[in-house]
Amino acid sequence: MSVMPLKAPPEEGSYPWEDLLRTDRLPHIWCPECGIGVAVSCFTAALSRSELDMDKVAIVSGIGCTGRVAGYMRLDSFHTTHGRAIPFATGLKMANPKLKVVVFSGDGDLISIGGNHFIHAARRNVDMTVICVNNFNYAMTGGQVGPTTPLGAHCSTTPYGNFEHPFSLPALAASSGAVFVSRWTTLQARRLIKSIDKALRKPGFSFVEVISACPTLYTRKNNLGSGLDLMRAFRDRSEIRHDAPLDELAIDFGGKIVVGDFVDIDKPTYMDAIDSSMETALGENYARIDALQTVLAERRALRDT
Amino acid sequence: MQARWGSHGDYEIIALTPNSPQEAFDITIDAFNLSERFRVPVLVMMDECVGHMTEKVVIPAAQDIEVTPRRLTNKPPEDFRAYEPEEDLVPAMPPVGAGYRFHTTGLTHDERGYPSMSVETQHVLVNRLVNKIARARAELCRWEESGLDDAEVVVLSYSITSRVARSALKKARAEGMKAGEMRLITIWPFAEHKIRELAPKVRGFVVPEINLGQISLEVERCAAGQAKVVHVPHAGGGVHDPESIYDAMVEVLS
Repeated sequence: MSVMPLKAPPEEGSYPWEDLLRTDRLPHIWCPECGIGVAVSCFTAALSRSELDMDKVAIVSGIGCTGRVAGYMRLDSFHTTHGRAIPFATGLKMANPKLKVVVFSGDGDLISIGGNHFIHAARRNVDMTVICVNNFNYAMTGGQVGPTTPLGAHCSTTPYGNFEHPFSLPALAASSGAVFVSRWTTLQARRLIKSIDKALRKPGFSFVEVISACPTLYTRKNNLGSGLDLMRAFRDRSEIRHDAPLDELAIDFGGKIVVGDFVDIDKPTYMDAIDSSMETALGENYARIDALQTVLAERRALRDT
Repeated sequence: MQARWGSHGDYEIIALTPNSPQEAFDITIDAFNLSERFRVPVLVMMDECVGHMTEKVVIPAAQDIEVTPRRLTNKPPEDFRAYEPEEDLVPAMPPVGAGYRFHTTGLTHDERGYPSMSVETQHVLVNRLVNKIARARAELCRWEESGLDDAEVVVLSYSITSRVARSALKKARAEGMKAGEMRLITIWPFAEHKIRELAPKVRGFVVPEINLGQISLEVERCAAGQAKVVHVPHAGGGVHDPESIYDAMVEVLS
């Protein structure tokens, strides 16, 4: 993370999507040429073209560079502890099933520290959209090796090259039970918007991986050139193959990056499963609790007294 | 100790410790209520014995359980600031999904909830987090006591050890020893005002604990040299022999 010169926030009314971004928090902390901004733009574009009620959209991030995304979105936003974005989001969704819950975080946070939460939320098919920016390393803390670092890649903690096998995130999500799985690089912005849009509409656990440049650490450590060079590399290395088999999605250092929508299936969400199980067991005695309605009613009652 | 000092930075926490299954039930309800009121995690600290104990527990009807309502803001979204404290230094919160579009972060933050690293923000936030609990100390600190009025030696204990201590106290009192009992229910915030009040009046405190000395250090700090503090350590795997507590009481008075 490099230190950017501080500029004044943009004037009111001068910024697109002002209704969705906290422009009073700009400029953001991300480095020049970092891909997180592209991922946020694509997410914001997908939100703005959806018919969702933005008051009912909650965004949850963990810790790290991508963990800062929640703080820039003008939504109910939560910057939670490291790796715990998904359990926090699960709680939000269960207490308030009418919310659209989005988890937006990085590969280190979601897949390493929060890896167990990730596979179990996918297994349960908890209704949430998880957007994971994968920059192949722990960036905020100084470019350490992470769960997605390709074999042979150099990181601050693998000066002779990485010898740990990385996860392939779409394969992990799909085999854990996700109902929608997609991957794009930050080069394919329009396709990424489309896939985030699909993910947001999909009931159940939807997952979108966004392959991103980390120009300050991973890219520099591996002599991959500038951010623009990375975009060229994304163009040359990307292979669009919708529905590609899961075992062909691994990313080798310098090898091809298979992108596309890989999984789009239907199955009952976690809340559906709870409801049907409880309805079977309890019949008419089962009443789904709507926390928001409950607290709003409580608040009205408090005001009246 | 980990409950109190487990994270970095300064903050106050509320930690309660039961010495029976019934109290574990009651205290858990209190913990939720305190947590709603102070917006702070409340720890229910169970030791291995109390945690595994089987005893009769009376569970009241749901409608007879007092529940502290969530502190919800009465302000409309345009006037709302996520961490603007009310009189007792605790801010009210909005419900998620009600149009407030508020931000919450684990980083130190300003009143809007935005991360802020300025010295001024740290000063305001950290002092508020500490003071919202510290100011309510007298009300939060709960203990059970007997024979403190004319006590020469006070056995201060908590959790399962308090039940072992009772056996030692019984023996000592039968022998005419002026022995007081103070059984902590609230561990944090620590009942320092009570220790300070007792210290000049008694000859000493006996603090049996299933560890090598944690709360005894707090007692020592608050007694501030005005009374002897004898710690009775136990490394775990069982409970104290009441004789070891009795012996420490004799040591205080010798």
